Amino acid sequence: MGTTDSSIVDSARARPGLLFVALLGGLLLVDLAAKLAGVGLGPVGGSLSVDRLGSNLWSGIVIGLVIGLAGIGLSMTYSILSFANFSHGDLVSVGAFSGWGIAFLIAGFGEIPVRALLTVRDAGNASPGDIGAHVLTTPVAILVGLLAAFVVTALLAVALDRAFYKPMRDRDGISLLIASIGAALIVRYLLQFVYGSDRRGVTASVEASNLAFDPIGVSVDAHELTILVAAVGLMLAMHAMLQHTKLGTAMRAMADNKDLALITGIPAERVVTATWIIGGGLAGASGYLYVLLRGTIQFDFGWLLLLLIFAAVILGGIGSVYGAIAGGLVIGVVFTTSTIWIPSDFNQAAAFGVMILMLLLRPEGLFGGVTTT
Amino acid sequence: MSSDVPEAGDVADAEDVADTVDATDATVDEPEANDSAVEEAAKHVPSGAPPLRVEGLVKRFGGVTAVDGASFEVESGSLTGLIGPNGAGKSTTFNCITGVHEPTAGRVYFEGEDVTGLRPHEIARKGLVRTFQIARELSEMTVLENLMLAPQGQLGESAIRAVTPGLRGAVVAEETELRERAWETLEFFEIDHLAHEPAGNLSGGQRKLLEMARALMTDPEMVLLDEPLAGVNPTLQEKLLDRIHDLRADGYTFLLVEHDMDVIMSNCERVIVMYQGSVLAEGTGDEIRNDERVIEAYLGEDL
Amino acid sequence: MSAADSPDGDASGGDAADAPGGPEGDADAPESATAAVVEAARESDLGLVIGTLLAIYAAATLLTFTNGLNSVVGLMETLTFLGIVYALTALALNLQWGYTGLFNIGVAGFMAVGVYTMGMVVRSPDPAFGPPGLGLPLPVGIVAGTGMAALLGAVAALPALRLKADYLAIVTLGLSEIVRLSLQSSAFDSFLRDTIGAGTGGGRGMGMPDNPVRDLFLVDGQAGDPTALGDLVFGVFGPDGLGISQPILIGWGYIAVLAVFLVGFYLVLERLGRSPFGRTMKAIREDELVADSLGKDVNLVKIKVFVIGCALMGLAGILWFGSQGNVSPTPQFRPLLTFYVFIAVIIGGSGSNTGSVLGGIVFAAVLFEGPRRVGGTVRGLIDAETPPSFADAVATLDPVTFLAYATENIAPLQFVFLGLVLVFIIHRRPEGILGDRIETAAAVDLSERPAGGETDE
Repeated sequence: MGTTDSSIVDSARARPGLLFVALLGGLLLVDLAAKLAGVGLGPVGGSLSVDRLGSNLWSGIVIGLVIGLAGIGLSMTYSILSFANFSHGDLVSVGAFSGWGIAFLIAGFGEIPVRALLTVRDAGNASPGDIGAHVLTTPVAILVGLLAAFVVTALLAVALDRAFYKPMRDRDGISLLIASIGAALIVRYLLQFVYGSDRRGVTASVEASNLAFDPIGVSVDAHELTILVAAVGLMLAMHAMLQHTKLGTAMRAMADNKDLALITGIPAERVVTATWIIGGGLAGASGYLYVLLRGTIQFDFGWLLLLLIFAAVILGGIGSVYGAIAGGLVIGVVFTTSTIWIPSDFNQAAAFGVMILMLLLRPEGLFGGVTTT
Repeated sequence: MSSDVPEAGDVADAEDVADTVDATDATVDEPEANDSAVEEAAKHVPSGAPPLRVEGLVKRFGGVTAVDGASFEVESGSLTGLIGPNGAGKSTTFNCITGVHEPTAGRVYFEGEDVTGLRPHEIARKGLVRTFQIARELSEMTVLENLMLAPQGQLGESAIRAVTPGLRGAVVAEETELRERAWETLEFFEIDHLAHEPAGNLSGGQRKLLEMARALMTDPEMVLLDEPLAGVNPTLQEKLLDRIHDLRADGYTFLLVEHDMDVIMSNCERVIVMYQGSVLAEGTGDEIRNDERVIEAYLGEDL
Repeated sequence: MSAADSPDGDASGGDAADAPGGPEGDADAPESATAAVVEAARESDLGLVIGTLLAIYAAATLLTFTNGLNSVVGLMETLTFLGIVYALTALALNLQWGYTGLFNIGVAGFMAVGVYTMGMVVRSPDPAFGPPGLGLPLPVGIVAGTGMAALLGAVAALPALRLKADYLAIVTLGLSEIVRLSLQSSAFDSFLRDTIGAGTGGGRGMGMPDNPVRDLFLVDGQAGDPTALGDLVFGVFGPDGLGISQPILIGWGYIAVLAVFLVGFYLVLERLGRSPFGRTMKAIREDELVADSLGKDVNLVKIKVFVIGCALMGLAGILWFGSQGNVSPTPQFRPLLTFYVFIAVIIGGSGSNTGSVLGGIVFAAVLFEGPRRVGGTVRGLIDAETPPSFADAVATLDPVTFLAYATENIAPLQFVFLGLVLVFIIHRRPEGILGDRIETAAAVDLSERPAGGETDE
């Protein structure tokens, strides 16, 4: 017991910044408790309903799962290919557009022109209500769409790798990063060229889609529940793959020590391809789910999401798959609960602020230094 | 070896240049006051304390103890060898002395002053510079630029002075002197024909010469050489060792890490043997050669 | 292709060995401060910049000469303005990235801070539209804006001290987004109004103070009320003379001011590069530990470089967006702006100031403004109706209709082209269009051994 105490004191001494953050976090918790109790002491406290906190936390978890899912791929490409992939956000968008095109095709086939369906309502003038895509009315369409999002994005990720990244395997991380900015521009604006630039509604609204959980005052939307199930399912599949397959072992080895892995005869190129398939596929799936959550789509939403995904990955420790999930949850919750203390147009800035603090105080991440992948 | 005489003179010239620099320094009131201290040190005023003293140095990385209580001293003006089998902790000791790593425990004294935990540039400014095991040339800079980087407290290191009309004149004047000194140093190491070559184009051996030349351009009191002969062809090895002996004769102190036992035994008057993170034996080459513990430690290695 | 990459690197190193001897060898420059700078702005570099501009002007003429002189001169004015402002920003970024290897992709944020601070300091305390300001003179505003950008640069330098390049990239991008989102926020706007009495205008942005160059030509900037100078210029070139419209002529007046700043930026950065400070910057880029081990205070130099570079970015932001009438955080200061500047630096070859100037000019004309002008011209030649969407265009199965759609929607294709160019340069010519230029990092000529030093015989 004594040793634990002294090590805490030591680390506080060595890292005054970390101590400061811990104190600030504690203060916010006290303030939160005071707010919930309805006690006000000067600047501290105020009033906050349990309901609002509950719904903030819940929506934070749902957003966090989507961000974490996207973060897995970013983290994997970072650890195995050693570069920060700035086109990852646009892979998220690709998944959303391709997946929803297919989902629309199944949901609205027959009554509505195919071009309107496949372009996610860029052509034609069908309204979301006409197409009627909702998990309660067209579950098959939603599920096949998710699958399509995964497959199309995975294929695109592999294609981008072959065209752009493979020729520069031996180059430094910054050159690859710049190439990925180029790839991001290409993908994003091809999306705009094909699907148009306007933000538009996607999901249909359905009566009685909310499932209320009265005891904790949280009402859960059917789409939120779908996201929870899909995201957790994909994460578990990812876990099983990493822990129990030969490919997973090879990936972990590559992430840990590339040179050593190559010496021991791991087929590097096959692992890299698998990384893009899984990482890209998960990015596409997360984009599809994000649109399911928000109900709208726009060609550059994935790019705008990228910095939040980076924040999640950095928080969890770059290179760690489980860290990315945990980081996503933290970022999601920061994103939604920060509105308790600061104006809502600052919540994104708050998430970036947390990321920057993290990089300054603990660049190895919350769970860094323990395990990779 | 006919070139030995002018070369010795060159080094003296170099110090003259340093003095002039110092004088300019004082008139323009450069804030970096420790410059003059470094220049003082370069005049090799004998001081009572040994240049380098290491006391109970410990360095752990996570659970691995790389250095475990190493203590030794290096005498002024000596060429001291540091040997030991692979993993004995020689490079880590070097890194702790030069501030690359912060020691877990123990102290490092340079000229009697505690320099433990100082950052590398602070230690270099005190006159203790190093070379690297794998030469770290600045590959996109020319050999001449590599050398001109090294001198301490250059006027033009101040951004304002480098840019402002009126103040830049002094910078240019100093640069002219530095360029001459760099050429002299290049000649001393017989790499002046490579002056305009980007350092990345040099051969392995030439890079080692460049590193040592660059270290000397800082006007050091003592130089730590981390395997300066590794990967260098025998002719260049000979040249490097000649230079080290010349410089030692001029009063520089050297601590030399080398894997090649023969080199250490035939060149160093004092030898320190490290084994498993601490000092196993100290003495002259002959004493070390006949030391039972050393022979045992090296059993299986090429003695 | 990967096999071709590594020998490529070696080959460029070999080229570089000859480079210093080439252009510099012909003139044995005297070693005074001014002479070194004159030497730096050697004829060949200046010639390159002017030649590039002339080529761009020729292309602009070709594209617009059918519309008359006013259109030609107008397009030239636009291209020159954009070329110079991109060159200014590229020079600032080149100091950080090209020379020192600090991968700062928050350029847009520093520019925004510069121009917003200037606006808030100079705007009237009681304006007809938009947020109030402090009502101070314009020079005060420019200094304040530059200083504020420098201050933010000092803050951004803290992560640069301990983070790897790719982490630094993410942090600086995050910082620039925090700046943009803050300027966008109405809560932040009202907070500033309450505390310092000057606001940002939130998402609607703010109008910029009057451009003093406009006042040179027009009394109080009022159209139709020219000054003596305005009378002279408008009389010769304007509607009564050559037929060039007044705003274009005033635009050229402002370009003259920008050109002076460009020369100033260039000289300052060349001097900085050609000095012991420049050597230390290069050494940090190549190998921090070596610089540190040779007694250089790496952290201090990094902070200085961040502060100087960000101050110049702030100033460039003021000169650029301060002259545009109105600023708003989105979309003007999106990260895309940063990437434009990066592409300009990469085109010119990072590490070269002349390259940055050329890169800025070429980027603005060929990649930024060129495609949309060419697209517009091509669209004018096509006699077909534009389908309302991509799917409709494809559905017609008519290549002409599809071309009409593509040229009508040239903007996204332009970005695709930009991305392709970026990837191509990184793959094939990482040293930029100018080739690998090794800029001497010393205040004196290093190309030859000065006479009198030959002792080695």
